[in-house]
Amino acid sequence: MADIVSPLPGIFYRKPGPDKDPYANEGDAIEAGQTIGVVEIMKQFSEIRSDASGTLESFAVDDGGTVNPGDVIATVSEG
Amino acid sequence: MAFDILEPGLATSVQDRGRFGYYNVGIPQGGAMDQLSASMANALVGNTADDAVLECAYLGPRFTTDTDAVIAVTGAPVEVRVNGTPVDEWSRLSLAAGDEVSFGMLSGGTRYYIAVQGGIDVPVVLGSRSTYTLGALGGFQGRALKAGDTVPVGAPSGSGPAMDVIPENLRPVHAKEVTVRILPGLYDHRLTAEGMETLVSAAWKLTPVADRMGLRYSGPDLEWKPRIQPFGAGSDPSNIVDAGYAIGSIQVPGGKEPIVLHRDAVSGGGYAMVATVISADMDVVARSAPGTLTHFEPVTMEQALAARADAAEVRRAVWA
Repeated sequence: MADIVSPLPGIFYRKPGPDKDPYANEGDAIEAGQTIGVVEIMKQFSEIRSDASGTLESFAVDDGGTVNPGDVIATVSEG
Repeated sequence: MAFDILEPGLATSVQDRGRFGYYNVGIPQGGAMDQLSASMANALVGNTADDAVLECAYLGPRFTTDTDAVIAVTGAPVEVRVNGTPVDEWSRLSLAAGDEVSFGMLSGGTRYYIAVQGGIDVPVVLGSRSTYTLGALGGFQGRALKAGDTVPVGAPSGSGPAMDVIPENLRPVHAKEVTVRILPGLYDHRLTAEGMETLVSAAWKLTPVADRMGLRYSGPDLEWKPRIQPFGAGSDPSNIVDAGYAIGSIQVPGGKEPIVLHRDAVSGGGYAMVATVISADMDVVARSAPGTLTHFEPVTMEQALAARADAAEVRRAVWA
């Protein structure tokens, strides 16, 4: 299992825009470097990427939820 | 002599003590949000307090130096790395030409500062090297740094560093719960007694809506006295006929979510300012990370001036 951690505080969004599809869903196959969401802080959106390849097991933060640096956003099972 | 920026970080900008004397024409004083931390970084490398530093918010830059350099990192607790090896914050660091500086994750606070001996040598604009990004003024081409930028570093001016390490008892604290002292006014008379009581008794939580211009807090609504709005004021009871905003003043649009105006704030507008953060506590606000519980404690002008004198004592201890 590999945790995807937010390096910064802000609001976590799973979609690139309100009318768009989520970057990734639970159960999806994920490549290392793939974006799984964005965190908004100071009117800027920073992409959150997975360091590991595997299956996206679960999100630990809701869409629109608040995160702090070091918070786990999602978990990936490697392989 | 220069730093080559490989990754810019979230919002890395050149800042100094600020640009004073132009607020009347709408140009804010700007400068480092956390003035004490920035000043301590300068002290460690033997600069003057007027030299410019790099201010990093949340995510720091990755850069290399093209010559030997002396730097220091102060402010929010963060892992500092030179060529991938962790080094100490709050102390003087010697870099060799080609060394790469990078940063890990913040473990508290919001901003940290990189000082280099000789200072960041961007042009002085209206008396300051501070970046005012909204006005595209000062700093490095009037903006936050980007990958590929070559940031000029000045020649060391020579007096030598005052201390090698900032002693722990002098380092500012980055707490999850803070008390910020305020001076009521100029428009506190627009709140009901209950409204004022709510302002000074509630535990306000800093929202992620916080930047160099202002910081927004969530908490209970504030109650305003009813009135027939005068000509020139908006229809909401939190509206006034446009007036100048003091640095650190607190406005409460619609009676919801107070905003503390900070270094890059607009100089005027039509929201009633119910209180002003005292100058000694502006750095405390600057250090607050989203989620920080904040208590606003009313003080008198005499107490505010005494706190300012105390803050000056800490700065003198560093520069002695």
